[in-house]
Amino acid sequence: MPKKEFEYHLRIPSRTDNLELIREFVSKVAAMVGFNEDDVGKIELACDEACSNVIKHAYENRNGNRRLDVLIRCDLKKFTLIVTDHGKGFDPTKIKMPDMKEYLAELKVGGLGIYLMKTLMDEVDYSIKPGMRNQVKMVKYLINKKNSSAVFVGGNRE
Amino acid sequence: MDTFAVHRSDFEQFSTLQLHGFLDAHTAPELEKHFETLISEGRYKIIVNFENLNYISSAGLGVFMGKIENVRNNNGDIKMCKMTPKIFRVFDLLGFPALYDIVDEEERAKFLFEKPSS
Repeated sequence: MPKKEFEYHLRIPSRTDNLELIREFVSKVAAMVGFNEDDVGKIELACDEACSNVIKHAYENRNGNRRLDVLIRCDLKKFTLIVTDHGKGFDPTKIKMPDMKEYLAELKVGGLGIYLMKTLMDEVDYSIKPGMRNQVKMVKYLINKKNSSAVFVGGNRE
Repeated sequence: MDTFAVHRSDFEQFSTLQLHGFLDAHTAPELEKHFETLISEGRYKIIVNFENLNYISSAGLGVFMGKIENVRNNNGDIKMCKMTPKIFRVFDLLGFPALYDIVDEEERAKFLFEKPSS
């Protein structure tokens, strides 16, 4: 049986004014492979949070022109989103998931990006090599999706 | 790309901010400025109308979290209305309805300012 896997790649300057374009790219591919509107929205937001973190933290500059890569890999079962930067990186073991009850009670600000990514996606993994290559890999499974048969309608590589 | 706009209207003690477009890490500072202006003018009864907002990320949510304490300490509040299901889902996911009044209509938000226990 031929392997059905597709890749879509966006390489873009790391600026916040590019977030809209990144979201459009990710949403269109997610919709094309068969996710419903609700899941497309979740993938769109998770990707935005990952890219916003790169711009704000890894590159520490809202309007820099460093390289930001968004790679989508999808097959019949899953949709994998990989965000890569070459900035400062962070220690993923030190990330604390906020207790939302406490967060709201204390009127805290910020730090919700990773919480959202983990809540919205099925899997979130990091590969951090500061200054060289940092990656956030997020997975959403397509199985049991009503329209999963629509996968690869837009593709032709087999 | 002009992707976000805020239209402000004042009526008696209430100020309404109508949001349009996409509220993300790029556009959140624009909304923050509007809140800072309202606070500097001593206008603390703030209603945010989400009817025409198409998208919100945590950067947008952070604006409300960053201002709510100051506003409430001055006997005011930030009340929210007319959210689309897509926007409400993000607020709901984070438990924000426990912290903010989120209602259907602007009139209801004004009513809650006057009769908070209702």
